[in-house]
Amino acid sequence: MRATVSLWFAVAKRSFRRYSTYRAATLAGIFTNSVFGIIICFVYIAVWSENPGAGGYDAKDAVTYAWLGQAMIMTVAVWNGGATDDLAARIKTGDVAIDLYRPVSLLGWYLASDLGRALYHLLTRGLAPTLVGAALFDLRYPADLLLSVQFAIAVVLAVTVSFGVRMLVSASAFWLLDDTGVKHLAAIFAMFFSGLTVPLVLFPGWTGDLATVLPWASYLQVPADIWLGKHPGTDAWAALAFQAAWTIALLWLCHLVLGLANRKVVVQGG
Amino acid sequence: MSVIEVQGVSRSFVVRRKVGWLGRERETVHAVRDLHFGVERGEMVGYIGPNGAGKSTTIKMLTGILVPTSGRLTVAGMVPSTQRTALARRIGVVFGQRTTLWWDLPLRDSFDLLRRIYRIPDARYRANMATFTELLDLAEILDTPVRQLSLGQRMRGDIAAALLHDPEVVYLDEPTIGLDVISKSSLRDFLRETNRERGVTILLTTHDLVDIEQLCSRVMVIDKGSLVFDGSLDGLHALGDARRTLVVDLVEPGEPIRSLGADTVKVEGPRQWLTFAADTSAAPLVADIARRYQVADLSILEPSIEDVIKQMYTRTPREG
Repeated sequence: MRATVSLWFAVAKRSFRRYSTYRAATLAGIFTNSVFGIIICFVYIAVWSENPGAGGYDAKDAVTYAWLGQAMIMTVAVWNGGATDDLAARIKTGDVAIDLYRPVSLLGWYLASDLGRALYHLLTRGLAPTLVGAALFDLRYPADLLLSVQFAIAVVLAVTVSFGVRMLVSASAFWLLDDTGVKHLAAIFAMFFSGLTVPLVLFPGWTGDLATVLPWASYLQVPADIWLGKHPGTDAWAALAFQAAWTIALLWLCHLVLGLANRKVVVQGG
Repeated sequence: MSVIEVQGVSRSFVVRRKVGWLGRERETVHAVRDLHFGVERGEMVGYIGPNGAGKSTTIKMLTGILVPTSGRLTVAGMVPSTQRTALARRIGVVFGQRTTLWWDLPLRDSFDLLRRIYRIPDARYRANMATFTELLDLAEILDTPVRQLSLGQRMRGDIAAALLHDPEVVYLDEPTIGLDVISKSSLRDFLRETNRERGVTILLTTHDLVDIEQLCSRVMVIDKGSLVFDGSLDGLHALGDARRTLVVDLVEPGEPIRSLGADTVKVEGPRQWLTFAADTSAAPLVADIARRYQVADLSILEPSIEDVIKQMYTRTPREG
């Protein structure tokens, strides 16, 4: 058990380091996130000046939400990417055979790798644009230490939920050989239902109710609402439990699907 | 007991083919059929055959990432497909055309990950690293990301990676593919030494018959899924009806030479080429020619193993 944990830790560390070698890409990304953050802020300011209190947010909440959104894009890999893309590529080339014959869990390996990547993206593509936002706009910050801790947990769970979804998308390559189509579809769903384009609190009627129970709500809406203090008291724990439930459900599903994929490769010969 | 036992193993695939607009046709392809062989501990066996003959299918079944359709197969007493994880700790694999190393990481980091994956004890790890670093000349490339390594360097890294956890059995699937002559030769030296010093059982597939000639005392030939030869290199030579060639330089150009059981296949000025059966001695033929003709020089060309195998592939009837 300890050996396994130390392996996952080593994998995550290597993954973090791997992404950190692409400095130019990181800088370009930070610039892009900052520019989009500013644009979205102006849009939100315009919306909330017309309609103050929309979705239970004030203008300051909305502006903060815009920057949290930019910070989470790469951290949760809304448009796919990350370790799960590596898997899809390895299925296509057949290199996945090497992963299969190693005496370690495929799911654990890729999850550890994706967590390492997410941490790198949080510290660079997450933190840097947020500092830009904080310098240019009046943002809201977590009211107390507990809220900060809960937010940190929410970010980790956001990554695990998104990993689960992306893993299922990538695993489709075992059957389709090419997951491009599924990936595009998944990216559209994720962008819309994570609240990245429009906060889920603005979705009208039943669409809002539906959006808040789908896994994508974990990507941005849940962490953002914790940060903004929209989940008072035990509600924050309930929101975290919602994310944890999706994490467990999705990872279990991934486990089943990878089991089937393994059977397919081993028995049917790919 | 043999470390690898293969008894009547067959593997077929169902291939669906599109026919016309909507129709689909199912077709069964036999990748390997009714393989029988055993490999003893410490042996170094060459496994050769043309592309698509079933070599990789065999290796995949021996690692457990493919189950046989029928037959029995054990490696180190385990059934690979059901005990894949346990077996993985005792075998090593090198796929010449793929890498088990991590593309973006320095070579050293790949080794460190493998140490954790295979839970290699620290002392063993340090000793093996020291040995491989020296024998495979890795010191200079340990801190280089794998994607920046040349093919030869990467292959050295891959071989070290496959041996790091002291496997009893190693499958090398075309380890010398694409390497230059010097890299090939140093790799062969290393493999010979590993086999001898560590007693590692090695099963080697290759298209380079020099690999076989220099490394393997035993060779198995597979063609169209069936084992067509299993024995020593000499046996393989004898089996082929390849012929030896006598090159005769006469003092002056003349009529084609006629001599005992030899065919004159080519005449070029004073030089003539005669072929004769590979299992007969050249001595009487040479004596006869020297007695009857004015000979300036003589030389004998041995049939290459390549010729023998080429004949073997073309001789077995194609099926299907």
